[in-house]
Amino acid sequence: MGVALTRSAQWTAAGYGTRTLEITPLNEAILKEIMMFVESFIYKYPQEARYVFVEPLEWKTDLDPSAFESGYIVGETTVKSEEVDENGQPLLFLSVPHIKIRNFGQLSRFLLIAKDTKLKEAQACVEANRDPVAKILGLDYNTMKEDTSTVNILEEVTKGEDSENEIKMKIARLLSQLDLHLLNHSLKHISLEISLNPTSVKNDIEMLKNFSGKGEQTVLESISYTSDYEFSNGCRAPPWRQIHGEICYVLVKPHDVETLCITCSAEGVFLNGGKTDNEGEINYERKGEIYKDLVTFLKEKSAKFSENMSKQEKRFSNKKEKKEPTNEPPEKEEAAPVQKAITGSGKRTLEKNQINFGKSQMTKRLEPSLSWKATVRFKEYRSLLRDPQEEKHRRRPERSGPSVKLGRAQLVRKSTEKIEEIVSESSSESEEDEEPLDRQEANADLPSEYWQIQKLVKYLKGGNQTATVIALCSMKDFNLAQETCQLAIRDVGGLEVLINLLDTDEVKCKIGSLKILKEISHNPQIRRNIVDLGGLPVMVNTLDSPHKSLKCLAAETIANVAKFRRARQAVRRYGGITKLVALLDCGKSSAEPAQSSLYDARDVEVARCGALALWSCSKSYTNKEAIRKAGGIPLLARLLKTSHENMLIPVVGTLQECASEENYRAAIKAERIIENLVKNLNSENEQLQEHCAMAIYQCAEDKETRDLVRLHGGLKRLASLLDNTDNKERLAAVTGAIWKCSISKENVTKFREYKAIETLVGLLTDQPEEVLVNVVGALGECCQDYENRVLVRKCGGIPPLVNLLVGVNQALLVNVTKAVGACAVEPESMMIIDRLDGVRLLWSLLKNPHPEVKASAAWALCPCIQNTKDAGEMVRSFVGGLELVVNLLKSDNKEVLASVCAAITNIAKDQENLAVITDRGVVPLLSKLANTNNDKLRRHLAEAISHCCMWGRNRVAFGEYKAVAPLVHYLKSDDPNVHRATAQALYQLSEDADNCVTIHENGAVKLLLDMVGSTDQDLQEAAAGCISNIRRLALATEKVAIRRVSYSPLSPSTKKSKLPKYCLMSSWTLTTLHVGNLLCLEHPHMNLKIYRQRGAGVAQSVKRPTSARSQSRGPGVRAPRQVLG
Amino acid sequence: MNRKKLQKLTDTLTKNCKHFNKFEVQCLINLFYNLVGDVTERQGMVTGLDRNAFRNILHMTFGMTDDMIMDRVFRGFDKDNDGCVNVSEWISGLSVFLRGTLEEKMKYCFEVFDLNGDGFISKEEMFHMLKNSLLKQPSEEDPDEGIKDLVEITLKKMDHDHDGKLSFSDYEQAVREETLLLEAFGPCLPDPKSEMEFEAQVFKDPNEFNDI
Repeated sequence: MGVALTRSAQWTAAGYGTRTLEITPLNEAILKEIMMFVESFIYKYPQEARYVFVEPLEWKTDLDPSAFESGYIVGETTVKSEEVDENGQPLLFLSVPHIKIRNFGQLSRFLLIAKDTKLKEAQACVEANRDPVAKILGLDYNTMKEDTSTVNILEEVTKGEDSENEIKMKIARLLSQLDLHLLNHSLKHISLEISLNPTSVKNDIEMLKNFSGKGEQTVLESISYTSDYEFSNGCRAPPWRQIHGEICYVLVKPHDVETLCITCSAEGVFLNGGKTDNEGEINYERKGEIYKDLVTFLKEKSAKFSENMSKQEKRFSNKKEKKEPTNEPPEKEEAAPVQKAITGSGKRTLEKNQINFGKSQMTKRLEPSLSWKATVRFKEYRSLLRDPQEEKHRRRPERSGPSVKLGRAQLVRKSTEKIEEIVSESSSESEEDEEPLDRQEANADLPSEYWQIQKLVKYLKGGNQTATVIALCSMKDFNLAQETCQLAIRDVGGLEVLINLLDTDEVKCKIGSLKILKEISHNPQIRRNIVDLGGLPVMVNTLDSPHKSLKCLAAETIANVAKFRRARQAVRRYGGITKLVALLDCGKSSAEPAQSSLYDARDVEVARCGALALWSCSKSYTNKEAIRKAGGIPLLARLLKTSHENMLIPVVGTLQECASEENYRAAIKAERIIENLVKNLNSENEQLQEHCAMAIYQCAEDKETRDLVRLHGGLKRLASLLDNTDNKERLAAVTGAIWKCSISKENVTKFREYKAIETLVGLLTDQPEEVLVNVVGALGECCQDYENRVLVRKCGGIPPLVNLLVGVNQALLVNVTKAVGACAVEPESMMIIDRLDGVRLLWSLLKNPHPEVKASAAWALCPCIQNTKDAGEMVRSFVGGLELVVNLLKSDNKEVLASVCAAITNIAKDQENLAVITDRGVVPLLSKLANTNNDKLRRHLAEAISHCCMWGRNRVAFGEYKAVAPLVHYLKSDDPNVHRATAQALYQLSEDADNCVTIHENGAVKLLLDMVGSTDQDLQEAAAGCISNIRRLALATEKVAIRRVSYSPLSPSTKKSKLPKYCLMSSWTLTTLHVGNLLCLEHPHMNLKIYRQRGAGVAQSVKRPTSARSQSRGPGVRAPRQVLG
Repeated sequence: MNRKKLQKLTDTLTKNCKHFNKFEVQCLINLFYNLVGDVTERQGMVTGLDRNAFRNILHMTFGMTDDMIMDRVFRGFDKDNDGCVNVSEWISGLSVFLRGTLEEKMKYCFEVFDLNGDGFISKEEMFHMLKNSLLKQPSEEDPDEGIKDLVEITLKKMDHDHDGKLSFSDYEQAVREETLLLEAFGPCLPDPKSEMEFEAQVFKDPNEFNDI
C-alpha cells in the first residue's frame, strides 16, 4: 500500500501544513479498496488481526466517544478498548479528537463503528500516516517490502521460527498484495488518459485526405505531412521529438482559415509554431490548446470543416467500416496500446526509460524503432502487473475495432468531451471517461444501484405518464450525489431519456426529470454529457414555461451545467442569457403567498434561481457582456435590495464575477450598488460577506468606489471582519477589499482608526497565500503613510514581512517587496530590515524569473540603499550583486528597466560602487536605453545617467555611446519629473565639450531657456548650469574665432533671414553685429546673448544675476573643431 | 328555469363553495344546464349528468383517457351515489378539481384511487390501475412482471408503515414529500393546460354569457 499511496494517489500540491489527499475519483477508489481490505481483515485473518503494530496509527477523528458500544470503556472524552496487549495497554485509545489504534482487529471494528463517515476516517488516517506499513511492521520490513522480490520474503518466513514473526510475515505479504491490487486499480483509471497513437492518427489523416481537394463539398482544401519518411513505428516526427510523444506534423489548409501547422502527439493534437524560414524546420513550440484528435481540432478551428464534416458523416462511417480490416499490421497495434498503458503506470520508470532512449538515439541516429522501446517497457510492465491486467490490455486492440465503428457523430462527441476535460478542468476527471462497455467488464461486481437504475430507466422509456412519474420519483430516492448513481444513470442511457422528457408537454414529467438532472449535474462528466446530448437548448426553452416551478428547476440545472466554457457558450447561443435575466424581474408583488400547487413557485424563488444560473454563466467574458446588454445590472441592483440571504448570495456572486469588467464597474457605480454591497457586508452569512468583500475588491480599483465604501461605513465592517480568521476564503476576500480600499489615503486613515493595521500585521503569519497576498498588499499601501510605518514597526510587522521575502508566489512577492520598500523609507525600520538581512533577500529577488517581482524588488532596494548608514559597504558585500543589477539593464521590460535605473541612481551615490558598475559596463547599457518614449523610464534613466557621470571619463563615454542627443529630446516630454532629471543629466554631461556641442546641435538651448523660468528650483538650476556650460564653451570658441574671421559685415536685410526662427518671434533684438559670420543677439529682459554662426548652430549664454553658484568645475576649454567649421 | 330560482341557486351554491366567486358559480351553473340539455324540468326528477355524459366531458375537455380513472372521477363527483352529477355536486366537484388546495386534492385523489372504498389502496388496486402504464414488450416472459415491479417500487416509496398497502396517511406523507406523487396511479386531475383553457372558456366576459 505504500507504493500505491506514494505513486498513484493524487496528493494536493504542497501548501501550508500537512498535505492532504485530493478528492478525486481515483483517490476515492483507492481509499475504498483500503477500507474493504481493513474491514474484512478481522473475518478473513482473525489471527493476524490480533497482531500488535510496532507503532500505533494515530490521527484526528471526528467520531464521538458515544459511538462506541460494547467492548469499549467509554468515558466523557476518552474511549479505551477492552482488548489489551501484553503490557495491559488498550489497543484502541481515543482521547477526543486523537485516536490511536494498534491492531487490525481494532481497525476493522473502528471502521464498522464509523459507518457513514468511514471514508472520511480512512482518508484522515492515510493522510496522517503517510507510511502506514512502516508503522505496522517496523521500518526494516518496510524497506524489505520495497524490493519486490517475494523470494526474499518467503525466505524470511521459512527462517522465522517464532509465531509472531510468522504472523508479521503474513501481514507483510497481505499488505504487499493489497499494494499490488491498488496499483492495478489505479492503473485502470490512469491508462485511459492517453488518447492517440500513430495508427489512429494515420487513419484520421488518410480519411481526411480522401475528402480533401478543391470545391465546396470537400472538408479541407488540402492536408499533408511535413515529412514523407515514416519510421517503422508509424511516427513521422524526428526521433528527438518522438521522445516528447510527438507523432507527426501535418499541414492543413481548410477552406476558411489560413494554413495550419499541426502537431499530432500522444497527448493530443495542437497548433505548433509553424514552419520557420530556415530549411523548412518546424517551430515545435505549442501555440494552442490540446485537442483530443485531429477532427475535433479542425472542427474547432474551421467552421466550414465542421459544416461539411457533418454532411459527410454518414459516408465517413461507411468508409470506416470498409477500411477497417486492411488497416494495419497487427504488431503495431500491439505495441501502441501497451505503450499507452505503461505511460500511466510507473511514471518514474518511464521517465528513466525515455532518457535512456534519448541517449541511445543520439548514438544510433539511423532508423530508430519505437517498438523496441515498447518491448523493453513491456517487460518491466509485466513484472509490475498481474495477469488479468495484462489480459485486459491485450484485448484492447480488439475492442478498439467496434468503437471506431460507432459512427462519426458519437466519436466526435466523445472526443469533444475529452478536450473539455483537458481545457477546463482538472486532469482527475478524465479517468472516468470509460465506455459503459468497459465498465461492465471492468467491474463485474457492479453495485446493486446500477441494476435498479437500469430497471427504472427501462420504465422511463416504456412507460406512460403515470409510470414515468413513479419511476422518476423512485430514481430521485437514490443517492444522486453519489458518483456511482450519477454514472449509472448515464451509462444505461438515462440521460437521453431525461432530456427527451423535457421536450414533451407533460409538465409533471418535466419537473421530475429536471429534479434529477439538477442533482446529477453536479458531476462534471454528466454536465458534459448533458451538453453533448443537446440538453441546454431544451432547458433554455423550458425557461419560457408558464409554470414557475419549471422555470426554477430549469434555471437551477443550467446553473449547475454551465460550469464549463462550452456550456456557457451554448446557453448564450440559445438565447438563455436574456431569458435568465428576464427571470430576475420578479414582479412587484413579492409578498404573494407561497403556493402549495405543484406548478407554482414564488417569484422570489424564480429570481433566485435565475441569479444562480447567471452566476454560473457570468464566468465567461462574452456572457458578462450579454448579461449587461440584456439589462441585467439594474435588475441585479434591485434584487440586491432584498433581504433574503439565499437570493443575495447568487446576486452578489454574479456581480462579483462581472465586476472584473470595466463596463460593469461603471454600471455598478451608476446603479449605486456599492451601498448595498456594504450593507450586506453586515449580514451574518459568511458566504455573503465573502462575496460582497470580493465584489468590493474588484470594484475598488476605482477611486470613487473606494470613497463610496468609506462613506457608507464599509471600512469599519471590513476591519471588524478581520477578527474572524477561520474562514480563509472570506478572509482572503476581506483582506483583498481592504487592500484595494487602502489605495486611498483617507481610507488608510480610517483603517488606522479602526486598528486594522495591527490586525493585519497579526495576519502576516500562518495564513494561506491568497490571504497573505492581500494582507501584504494592504500593508504596502498603508505604509505609504509615515504613521503607519511606525505602527507596523511597533507591532513587530517587519520580521514577518522580511520572512515572506523567501516565498515563491509571484503576486505575494510583488506585494511583499513593495511593503518592505515602503517600510524602508523610515530609517528605524530600515535598521530592522538590515539586521534581518532583508536587503540581501531583496537583492536576490532580482534573480526572480518574473519581471514584476524583479521590478518591485528593485524599487524596494532604492529606499533601502538611501536609508542605510554604510550603504556603499553593504552593497559591495553582496557578491556579484552589482553585476546582477547592471545585467538587468538588458531586460526588455520597461518597468524593470525603470526600477533598475532607479536602483543604479542610488548605488552610484557611492564612488566605489560607481567605479564597479562602470567597470561592469553600465555606461553603454544605459546609453542603449536612451531611445525610449516611456516617461517613467526616461526620468529614472536620466537620473541614473546624471549620477553615473561622476566617475572617470563616464561623461565622455556617454557622448561616445550617443546617449546625449536622445536625452535632449526628453525635454519635450510633458512630465516635469522628466524635465528635472534630464536637465540634471544634461548639466552633468555638458561639462564635457563634445557633449556641449551635441546638446547645442540638438536644439536644447531654447528648451533649457524655457526651463530656467520654471518654478522648480532644481530644474532651474540644472538648466541654467547647462546653459552656462555651453556659453563658456562658446566664449572660448569666440576668442579663437574672432581672430580668424574677416571683417565683412552682413547687410541688415540678410541678417534677419539668417537668424533662428525663435529670434524673430519673440522680443529678441539684434543688438550687436559682430564681424564675419558671428552674430550677437540680446534679450532685453534676461540679459542674455546669443551667438550665431553661419552654417552652425546657436551658442547661447546667460548671465543670471541670481546665479551665484560657483562654477569652478569649468569645462576643459578645448575649442571644438566643429564649431569653427 | 326562471331567473329568480337561478339567482337563489347561485347564492346558495356560492355560499358553500370557497374557490369560486359568484360570477364563476353562475358561469358554471349555466354551463351545467347547457350540458344537461333541454331536459324538461319536472318536480322530483333528478336532473344531472349521467356517467356517460360526464365521462364524455372529462375526455373531451380535460383529455382524460383511462376508463377506470374516469369512472372513479365520476364516483368522486357523485357524492350521493345516485348515478348522476347534479348541480351542487358539479360545483363542489369542480371546485376541488380545478382549484382545490393540496389537502383537498389529496383527499379527492385518494378516494379516486381507493377503488373499493375500504380506506386503503391495496397492491391489487395499484396493479389494476397501473396495468396499462407500461409498453408491453413481446420479448418478456411475464408481461405483468414490469407492472408488479412498478407496484413494488411505488409501495417502497409510499408505504411508510410497511403494511403492504397505502393508507391515507401513507399517501399524504408521500405526497407532502414529493408533490409529483399526487396523481401517482393515473391522471385524475386536469393537466394545467386544459385547466387553463377550460377556465378561460367558461369564465368569459359576462356579457357573452347573458344570452345563454
